[in-house]
Amino acid sequence: MSESSTKLVLQPETDRAVASAEVSIGQIFLEFLIIGASSFGGVVPYLRGSLVTKRHWIDDKEFVEMLSISQSLPGLNATNMAVVVGEKLRGWMGSVAAIVGICLPGGLLMYAVGMFYRSHGDHDFVTAGLKGVAAAAVGLILSTVVSLSKKSLSGKFDFVFMALTVIAVNRLHQSVPRTLVGVGLLAILFHRPGKKQKESATL
Amino acid sequence: MNQIPALVRVFAYLSILTVGGGMAAFPEMKVLTVEVHKWLTFPQLIHLYSVGQMAPGPNMMMIVCIGQWAAGMLGAVAVLLAFFGPTGVLAYIVARLWKRLETWPWRTSIQQGLAPVSIGLLLAGCFTMAKGAIFGVETAAIAVGVLLILMRYKVNPTLLVLGSAVIGMLAFPPK
Repeated sequence: MSESSTKLVLQPETDRAVASAEVSIGQIFLEFLIIGASSFGGVVPYLRGSLVTKRHWIDDKEFVEMLSISQSLPGLNATNMAVVVGEKLRGWMGSVAAIVGICLPGGLLMYAVGMFYRSHGDHDFVTAGLKGVAAAAVGLILSTVVSLSKKSLSGKFDFVFMALTVIAVNRLHQSVPRTLVGVGLLAILFHRPGKKQKESATL
Repeated sequence: MNQIPALVRVFAYLSILTVGGGMAAFPEMKVLTVEVHKWLTFPQLIHLYSVGQMAPGPNMMMIVCIGQWAAGMLGAVAVLLAFFGPTGVLAYIVARLWKRLETWPWRTSIQQGLAPVSIGLLLAGCFTMAKGAIFGVETAAIAVGVLLILMRYKVNPTLLVLGSAVIGMLAFPPK
């Protein structure tokens, strides 16, 4: 933690990112609370706008690197980012402040929604609307799949691994962990170090 | 019967499956919350998940509804801690080690290898959900419409989901 903050001070070319020693736990909590309350339609752009553009707590290069850590770990991007950024700013207390802040607004909202849905969810009008909402969610996930594939799949073998995963879960009814370990190991070995990279950086 | 230990077990387990996004855990979530523990029905799970996409913040906050239904407010808190605790600790450890891992050659291999698998898991979750959410022309049209609009234009997805709620109300009018 102290290591990373001195580094920021010593590097004049990253002067757009303020020294993280200045950021208090309260500020971290508040900033992530605001992101948690306003990030309709996907958290990542809001995180970037707030942490990089508005607060200068991290620079763009750090943001991209932290996002790539967050994406390759289990857990949601939003909460992993909160933990990673919080850790960089103020150690474990920063991580806790950030993750609680980003979860609180949506959690309270869904708590209320859950209570409402339980008592009114069977009204015809609500069910009709929910049918539309559920269908839209399917389209939304598909669009995420398409944009992620464009960004991070390289070569036809990646598509084979993707297809194998889908078949294992949906057709062969394998559990997700078994699929993850099985196909994941295969794919990691395929991309093993030292193998000639045909494509340049895919991240 | 006290459901909290079961809630903690299920959601801590689901949390480590969310590689690539919350949807990756959806097939397993369906089995455990609907079929094994019967905390809610499959249509209810689909509805809560979809409505949850409109809420700000991390997109799996719908899990608090399951916790609340099964065991009240304590259940909601337990589910949140179980779901975000293990992955949070892991992210914290990796964040601390990251500088050292930067030169580890297998790091890139793991990232490149997990990419297609995590996208596959998202797609598998999507198919599981589509089995319950897509029935007939209207719902298929909404899903395809949302997909095409999002691929073509920069629209806030929340607006599209809200719009689809209105279309749903018009397409399936109360008798």
